[in-house]
Amino acid sequence: MPYDYKPFAYTPPPGLTGAEPRHKVAIVGAGPIGLAMAIELANHGVSAVVLDDNNVVSVGSRAICWSKRSLEILDRLGVGERSVTKGVTWKVGRTFHREAEVFNFDLLPEDGHKMPAFVNLQQYYVEEYLVERAQEVGTDLRWKNKVVAVDRHARHAVLTVQTPDGDYQLEADWVIACDGARSPIRAMLGLEFEGELFEERFLIADIRMQADFPSERLFWFEPSFHAGQSALLHKQPDAIYRIDLQLGWDSDPEQERLPERIIPRIQKVVGHGDFTLDWTSIYTFQCRRLRSFVHGPVLFAGDSAHVVSPFGARGGNGGLGDVDALGWRLAAVVKGERPASVLAGYDRERVFGTDENLLNSSRSTRFMSPGDGVERLFRDAVLHLASRADFARPMVNSGRLSKPCVYPLSAPDDVALPEGSRPGAVAPDAPLGQGWLTEALGRDFCLLVLGQEAPAGTGLRVLSPDVTDPLRQRYLGQAAAATYLIRPDQVVAARWVNPDAAGIRAAVEAAWEGL
Amino acid sequence: MALMTTPNISDADGFYAALLAAHKGLSEAESHAMNARLVLVLANHIGDATVLQQALALAREGA
Repeated sequence: MPYDYKPFAYTPPPGLTGAEPRHKVAIVGAGPIGLAMAIELANHGVSAVVLDDNNVVSVGSRAICWSKRSLEILDRLGVGERSVTKGVTWKVGRTFHREAEVFNFDLLPEDGHKMPAFVNLQQYYVEEYLVERAQEVGTDLRWKNKVVAVDRHARHAVLTVQTPDGDYQLEADWVIACDGARSPIRAMLGLEFEGELFEERFLIADIRMQADFPSERLFWFEPSFHAGQSALLHKQPDAIYRIDLQLGWDSDPEQERLPERIIPRIQKVVGHGDFTLDWTSIYTFQCRRLRSFVHGPVLFAGDSAHVVSPFGARGGNGGLGDVDALGWRLAAVVKGERPASVLAGYDRERVFGTDENLLNSSRSTRFMSPGDGVERLFRDAVLHLASRADFARPMVNSGRLSKPCVYPLSAPDDVALPEGSRPGAVAPDAPLGQGWLTEALGRDFCLLVLGQEAPAGTGLRVLSPDVTDPLRQRYLGQAAAATYLIRPDQVVAARWVNPDAAGIRAAVEAAWEGL
Repeated sequence: MALMTTPNISDADGFYAALLAAHKGLSEAESHAMNARLVLVLANHIGDATVLQQALALAREGA
């Protein structure tokens, strides 16, 4: 069955008939990032109003690959298990050159994590789940509310909002622009993206067919079914397959979007005509970002702040990384617990994370779509060698899949402890009793204390589970005992073999600033 | 480790001849492609990032 788009009900907002009290937070855009942001803030005790110019979920599958880290974030928001249940779980990717497999990867080679490496799930499902969850936590969701002007003041912003019943003004202490790659808010503020635009054109087609392709990511360079170009295939729920075909910059986008052009191309990929087109799109690449994500009372998160090429699934997943880094900080500012200066920590960390995504994405794009001359020469050299010598295989770049970055913190650390849980990294999951460590970490700063007594007088919640093998392997290594300070976004803030309360308190302060 | 810039091939003339022989019969484009593969093969053999950086810099000099 095709996805059943049910419009959300528009109700005339109170601002049409009288001035509304100033809101703490207004989120512009009810895509996955805006919705996740609203729920994350609600989890931290801050209610937000969400304004969206439309009244349905995403048309077309759009973002489909949700990373392990994103699934952990979605789980914290209350929709992770649903997403995994509905989605197609995968962890293996295979890359082919012509007909031969030249490279494969397993993104989660070890057990003992609640969430799988990746789940493919159409963006419209994720949005549907997030809308339901946002309603459950009492979010003020306003459909058909289009922001047409932003007026920035020192400590608040005034939005002019267009509705079917006329315009009104809405004041908010903070505005979060989650309004996508073509962000109208970004344009209203006169802000420009910086970075690379790639001259390449791709066709995305979602097709519905009965087939038994494995739950793996399949990528081809120069396959016989699409000569000289590249192709990508992903399996989604509901018997839908995502096919990406490189078209070349010389292709005519107006012609290429016609079904009579698309269908024969897809027939060559799948070998028959027994499928229906569900959704198609033609796109070009960009790898660009705003210089800063914080502009007075207006904050940017997700595609409004940065755009990447789709190979690597770093768009939607990168946006959820923004939600992760912003929610706890902004909530503390709104509640008056921390000064607004802690938002510099959000800016610093997510610019860093974004640059890592842009770097990976640009490199993949350059490999997939090399410039004429020496770029193509070396790209073809790598592909030629990959089937003959192992060393060339890791150079084959069909996309480096999204992983959370490790923030560059200068925090207390101990060389005896494992690299994977160093300060700045997301705390690795592990089984814990009947559940999981990620579930026990919660929404506040906490101490994970293994094999020792927690120092008294930190005022922090303490988790001191029995030291199981996975915990030992991921958190102790060769050390007998350790204490970890973990942030509300589950990032390791600092760790000690010999902890003391004063050091822990200082590390909490530094963590707010992302230092 | 540092890039070796003193003679290290015992039979310099022999290697040069072997290099040309390896390209024999290839078109100019095929030779360029082979050279690109050769760079990758040798770079992997060296492996050391510092040496590779120095090699890139030396090769680029005067270009």
